[in-house]
Amino acid sequence: MRLESLTQSIGEWLRGTGPESDIVMSSRVRLARNVAHFPFVSRASEQDRADVERLLRERIAATPLGKGLEYIDVGRLEEIDRQFLVERQLISREHAEAQGARGVAIDRMEQVSLMINEEDHLRIQCMHSGLDLKAAWEQIRAVDDQIGTLVPYAFHPRFGYLTACPTNVGTGIRVSVMLHLPALVITRQIDKVFRSLHKISLAVRGLYGEGSQAMGDFYQISNQTTLGRTEEELLEQVGDVVPVLIDYERRAREFLVRETQQNVHDQVSRAYGILRTAQTISAEETMQLLSRVRMGVLLGLIGDVKIADINTLLVRTQPAHLQKLRGVELDTNDRNIERARYLRHHFEGGGTAGSSVN
Amino acid sequence: MKCQHCDKQAVFHITELESGSVRELHLCEDHARSYLNQSEVAAAAADEEAEGKPKGGGLTGPLGVGQTADELALLDQRSCEMCGITFFEFRNQGRLGCPHDYAQFEKELEPLIANIHGATEHTGRRPDRGPGGLPEGTEELTAVIGLRRGMKEAIGREDYEQAREQRDAIRAIEERWLGGAGTAAQGGP
Repeated sequence: MRLESLTQSIGEWLRGTGPESDIVMSSRVRLARNVAHFPFVSRASEQDRADVERLLRERIAATPLGKGLEYIDVGRLEEIDRQFLVERQLISREHAEAQGARGVAIDRMEQVSLMINEEDHLRIQCMHSGLDLKAAWEQIRAVDDQIGTLVPYAFHPRFGYLTACPTNVGTGIRVSVMLHLPALVITRQIDKVFRSLHKISLAVRGLYGEGSQAMGDFYQISNQTTLGRTEEELLEQVGDVVPVLIDYERRAREFLVRETQQNVHDQVSRAYGILRTAQTISAEETMQLLSRVRMGVLLGLIGDVKIADINTLLVRTQPAHLQKLRGVELDTNDRNIERARYLRHHFEGGGTAGSSVN
Repeated sequence: MKCQHCDKQAVFHITELESGSVRELHLCEDHARSYLNQSEVAAAAADEEAEGKPKGGGLTGPLGVGQTADELALLDQRSCEMCGITFFEFRNQGRLGCPHDYAQFEKELEPLIANIHGATEHTGRRPDRGPGGLPEGTEELTAVIGLRRGMKEAIGREDYEQAREQRDAIRAIEERWLGGAGTAAQGGP
């Protein structure tokens, strides 16, 4: 597969469609699985890793779903290409930075990704735009069934599916929903919300999963426990809390418009102004400003920008995407200049009218 | 994001497994350095003080109540018959070596798993092994990991008789579970 062809699309999680997509970016389910007759990845020899990679690659290709998948040999990719896949959420940072034989199989819609030799031998991921955990779950269950008939997954009658880390044992499932919560951040309610989520054993993570910080007001909510409840119960645990968070965020947005209209209008207009005129800008600042503009558009404070455009910019202004679009490797300084140029160019034409009050 | 101990930008994002849950730390360079430099015990004490709550044993701490240092030292030396990982290595890395560890260290892992998940019984989906009569649990297949190790050792001491026996045992198990696409088929002795 030519990765360049992917730069033309934006991937499932930024498609910006699906239920509640003004707040919910994407719904994701992943399953951790291991082949029973090999050591877990961290203890596997080079030969073991190569054997696991070959076994899984061949057997996945032999499933009905295998025909629709593209296989990428991650171990042979340049760093920038691995980073590119991370930015599209098709592989994890850990997988990008790991050593030895490893790969990922993805479908053309970029909804399904099968990571081989991540922390576990196999990490299956299904991602859908907007709030649609059920669709993601049904799809991943079918994928898991197909592979499970050809690959003997390590299983213990009492502990369930066995994983390298005991935190994933049992169902091996991680259900997560990515939310855009700028109004809760601005009104300083976000910490309170997170504390109450922790109390009901839900985890909050940043944009790129474990250990990543929250960027641009994007947060992932996911289950922390994987054993003792069924997959459906765990889906429900996460799924039940999302409408509550959506409601909080909507109310915070309404509050901002009602009580601080001038302030919030000023904030989003300034964010928009910087994006259209900056001469050098970091990826982090870009994401933060795009987040504010995204909210401004949804609140009707900025009239001439489409949400889909913002979503596109969110991914294309990230380091590896920017370099692939330009076709050259750039250092941080040059990237920041190039990013600013790309943003100015993008907003040219449509951006001259500025923000309009509704 | 700000450091959780001061106003500086947080540049270290640490995930700690403890008390049956995952805790995330966001720290500036200075606070991260002092956090990472503290010994485990001192760190635990500092956190306890800072958070005003006691901590239970995590992945890296002692596992049960009433374990003496001697008992823990003995436990640490125990190793998996299949992959050879010692309990000490697991405690240090937080990652197990192979599926058999769950059987080998079952007694030790059980309280840890109960801590993390609040349960010790899987109630979710189970593998469908089809009509071949294979069991749900994969202990028999996981034994291949130990056999492979034994075969390598036998070759090392030029005991080819023993190596051949082990290769045949691997082939038989893999044939049963994978239909002959196993690893013993290639490059055996």
